[in-house]
Amino acid sequence: MNNIKKNRLKDQAFKYWGIFCTLLGLVLLAIFIGTILIDGLQRINWDFITNLPSRNADKAGIYTALTGSVWILGLTTLIALPLGIAAAIYLEEYAKKGKLSSILEINISNLAGVPSIIYGLLGLEVFVRILEMGSSVLAGSFTLALLILPIVIVSTREAIKAVPKSIRDASYAMGASKWQTVSMQLLPASFGGILTGVILSLSRAVGETAPLIVIGALAYVPFAPSSPMDEFSVLPIQIFNWISRPQKGFEVNAAAAIIILLLITFLLNAVAVYFRNRWQKKLNN
Amino acid sequence: MVKKEKEQLIDKSLKKQHKLSASGIRVFYDNFEAIKGIDMNIKANKVTAFIGPSGCGKSTFLRLFNRMNDYIDGFRMEGEILIDGDNIYKKKVNVEQLRKQVGMVFQKPNPFPKSIFENVAYGLKIQGIKDKKFLQDKVEDSLKKVALWEEVKTDLNKSALALSGGQQQRLCIARTLAVEPSIILMDEPTSALDPLSTAKIEELIYELKKEYTIIIVTHNMQQAARVSDRTAFFYMGDLIEYDSTKKIFTNPEKKANRELHNRTIWIKDLKYDKFRPT
Amino acid sequence: MRRFKEVAIEKTLMASAMVTILVTIGIILVLSVEAFNFFSVVPIWDFLTDTQWTPLFTEKHFGILPLLSGTLLTSFIAIAFAVPVGLSISIYISEYAPKSFRKTIKPALELLAAVPTVVYGFFALTVVTPFLQTFIPGLSGFNSLSAGLVMGIMIIPFISSLSEDALHAVPNSLREGSYGMGATRLQNVFRVLIPAASSGIIVSIILAISRAIGETMIVAIAAGQQPRLTLDPTVPVETITAYIVQVSLGDVGHGTLEYQTIFAAGITLFLFTFILNTMSYRLRKKFAEKYE
Repeated sequence: MNNIKKNRLKDQAFKYWGIFCTLLGLVLLAIFIGTILIDGLQRINWDFITNLPSRNADKAGIYTALTGSVWILGLTTLIALPLGIAAAIYLEEYAKKGKLSSILEINISNLAGVPSIIYGLLGLEVFVRILEMGSSVLAGSFTLALLILPIVIVSTREAIKAVPKSIRDASYAMGASKWQTVSMQLLPASFGGILTGVILSLSRAVGETAPLIVIGALAYVPFAPSSPMDEFSVLPIQIFNWISRPQKGFEVNAAAAIIILLLITFLLNAVAVYFRNRWQKKLNN
Repeated sequence: MVKKEKEQLIDKSLKKQHKLSASGIRVFYDNFEAIKGIDMNIKANKVTAFIGPSGCGKSTFLRLFNRMNDYIDGFRMEGEILIDGDNIYKKKVNVEQLRKQVGMVFQKPNPFPKSIFENVAYGLKIQGIKDKKFLQDKVEDSLKKVALWEEVKTDLNKSALALSGGQQQRLCIARTLAVEPSIILMDEPTSALDPLSTAKIEELIYELKKEYTIIIVTHNMQQAARVSDRTAFFYMGDLIEYDSTKKIFTNPEKKANRELHNRTIWIKDLKYDKFRPT
Repeated sequence: MRRFKEVAIEKTLMASAMVTILVTIGIILVLSVEAFNFFSVVPIWDFLTDTQWTPLFTEKHFGILPLLSGTLLTSFIAIAFAVPVGLSISIYISEYAPKSFRKTIKPALELLAAVPTVVYGFFALTVVTPFLQTFIPGLSGFNSLSAGLVMGIMIIPFISSLSEDALHAVPNSLREGSYGMGATRLQNVFRVLIPAASSGIIVSIILAISRAIGETMIVAIAAGQQPRLTLDPTVPVETITAYIVQVSLGDVGHGTLEYQTIFAAGITLFLFTFILNTMSYRLRKKFAEKYE
């Protein structure tokens, strides 16, 4: 009897421990965001967003970093999207089961786990130096594109996989070629899923700091980029730079910039989830 | 003329009378022998039914005629399949062209997640046909043939997935008809439908055979009896009997062989479990 | 003509897929070539055994051990925090919480992984360290404890999500057998479920370790820039990743030994994560077979 009661107690105790742990992470996150809001919210105004960086904390703004981030996101998408979707289509619909296809799969799985800073080293040597792009927006975009490529490929594959086999059967039975089936049936049907994957990888890319530092993105850039060959900074690097300064004013700036960065990140995530839900509803109709 | 050549010529002209002809067919999935040696000739503008218990190979055999088995890993075939006298498994055969001539309707209705119009027009669009008027006429024509036109004409842009099961299946038949095949393969086309829709489709098949050659796989004995001119009975990869439907269902071959006797009981009583191979 | 188009399209798609192999080859080549340059000047033995890393000082030492210990120490703290918490969460969601809970909680936890790491770094430096300093008096402004704990928070979802999937995949028949014998949920979890889901759980832990080892910004901001061979969590250290950032921020010309040090450090990092990722891939394949 005693044993059973003890076991019951242990069970109950674990339940509360479980609830505690589950809430722990979320509570801590709430505390983080709370302190950041307290620190930085008052600093956010139109000037902050449109000002250039400055040695004077009160005058400094995120304009160049923000435009840099926009440039980087845009070019990265331009490079990674077609490449990733094409690779995913090949792996999912064309590649025959065999050595080549296993190697490709293992390789992509491995690339997804490579630390982002290693991509920075790759970008430094290949894009900045060998291809002589310098520490430009282009070099940064290529580097990040390679970084998010595995994510785009995997999520596109999942989206294509979700299209029922019956659609493929019907299309082939009507005499459509493989490419016609892919372009006229599979891609339209999986579009929502692909979009979700792309937006999620962008929300990851917007927060990437280390690889861009390695390729030479500057911490102090007095101008916004106007061409892909320009030097640049991005929002997280600006934040990093301000954190490294001892003056309290810069800590406030960092907090304010973080709020903007978090807003962008969470917005992207929310949009992705919205599209994913809409797409899943459409598919299950 | 040498005797052998003469025989071949006669053979060939006999085969030419047949719309479809299969000889010496054996089908393997890796090491599993799914079809064990079948010869069959099918006449034009008739409805031929394939019947038999689950797993007997009737669907596999059906799919030989539009080469849908090609997509299955490990598929291997011996023998010849001729359509209008031409071997469709020759290397230079354009499979996509073949499938415009031989259409297929599947067991579970599988309309594309597009509008009703786009579904029916798909087969034409993949051939490169862009003429709007032509497409519209063709779509209307095909929908009329399957008696769906009146029900959907007010909103052809509605999603095909919003139609009922029976309507979706008729839509699938319509899109097959739009490319003007000469042969239509139907793989248990009504098994996922309610009795009313089933009846409508059986009516449709009866109408369609005037213009098309139809092969229908069905596990429903009564349907085969109602709808087909000739019936082929498959069991475990073999073709047990192939004759006019009337003959198979009312007066099957009497033989002293216990196997055929049991099979007779099976067909007469329409019960699977009485069938025991020797 | 149509045939030609189809083949051309297929070749193009295949080329895109092959780019991924190019990337891997690129990474290995780049790291190897520069590391080779490095090792033609610095003997491997020194690299592996010297207890000091001072490539930017006048008296240069090139021992990887201090950076390695910084990386491993911070990662260890992160894992020591994240595994118990993450596992408990996964057990709670899988076995205790109402089913509807799973739908809302899992995405909420994934939020933790979505926060940019530079934000976590800020938090570690400005909130966690001062907080810990109130009851650990000797705690330095830069230390591996704060960085490690915050890293741990970041990787909780890695462990909780994947482990929960693993537990969820255990067939109900095992649970029923255990409950039928009068076991409590807790006993069921530890005696039946965790052993059954062990490969999935181990995969999640390996992935989390790999993530922690490769993390850069949290440690670059909060753990310090003093390479030190130590197990003391209260003092500044430097990780492999933070070192690479430090050098990149400065003006280091290509071809110099200093430049090559980041590749030597990088290849060490790559080796570790590569081994971990390969292990987890193999285990994942085995795990998937189990329930097929």
